[in-house]
Amino acid sequence: MERHILVVLPHPDDEAFGISGTLAMHIRNGAQVTYACLTLGEMGRNMGIPPFANRVTLPEIRRKELEASCRSIGIQDLRLLGFHDKTIEFEEQELLDERIDALLKELNPSLIFTFYPGYSVHPDHDACGAAVIRTVGRLPKEDRPPVHCMAFAKNLHQAIGEPHVINDVKDYLKQKMASIQAHRSQFQAAELLGSKKLKDKEIQERFGTERFWIYPF
Amino acid sequence: MQLINQSEVQRRIDALKDEDLYIHLEMTTGAYAAHLDSSKHPAATFITNAIIRYSHGSISGSGPYRVGLKMMQGWVYSEGLTHYEESETSRLILAGHDSQGKLIVSLQLSRKPFGRGVEE
Repeated sequence: MERHILVVLPHPDDEAFGISGTLAMHIRNGAQVTYACLTLGEMGRNMGIPPFANRVTLPEIRRKELEASCRSIGIQDLRLLGFHDKTIEFEEQELLDERIDALLKELNPSLIFTFYPGYSVHPDHDACGAAVIRTVGRLPKEDRPPVHCMAFAKNLHQAIGEPHVINDVKDYLKQKMASIQAHRSQFQAAELLGSKKLKDKEIQERFGTERFWIYPF
Repeated sequence: MQLINQSEVQRRIDALKDEDLYIHLEMTTGAYAAHLDSSKHPAATFITNAIIRYSHGSISGSGPYRVGLKMMQGWVYSEGLTHYEESETSRLILAGHDSQGKLIVSLQLSRKPFGRGVEE
């Protein structure tokens, strides 16, 4: 059983598709989860269909969506770190690393989740993963918790091989679909699900597995 | 305009930090975007000679490039930059051109206001 899991991702909704089932599973097994979300996704282009958000209201709407998503997964502790969307790669590295290091010291996590730097497509994803890896890498080897990374770049398998952890999360699709649905400005969950039920084979195959690569320090 | 030399542009970004600068920031899909392809949504925006000051700035990517400038109360961000003007040593002139050479985006910084083509 994991004692305390730390999740570090840059945008509200980064948790929804790739990791919400895994977190729900660990929480069911008794883990505490702290989710540090670096930004409010305030530069997102999706404003809902039809649009119900605008550039001014989007940050607050996305904060509420994120809180709802965390409630549906069961995440006990959400931290909003207040960085600005799209700027993580330009942010002062010392500042990013300091904030992450403070969380490591405070929580002493037994497992960390983030994006695999270089293989996560969006510059904020890569820069977020890089900051976590830099900071954890500075800990003495025996104090380093394992870091499990999400990745989805096209050249992935050639570069970093097959995923090391493959979680069957079919029993947690209720939490996962609720997390996706919570981000209603970003995803049209009704369209994803269509008239299908969670037990449908297609839904189970599409959403029922989550994959992670263990970062080799 | 020359293809961006990343380390040279970084040097110029560093040289302009911590002072008041005039900025020209622009993005355009072209006025004929929808005329040529009805699925396209024409949009354009620019701001010229607003004054900014940044404490930290960098260029990243592997081309086209992105630039982010951190200001006291916010950010300047630009993506899709391909070219810079090598001969402009006191100003920073960056632009992104598409495969037909048309300008899509530009980011310019100067200690003096940008004129209308006639330099004093």
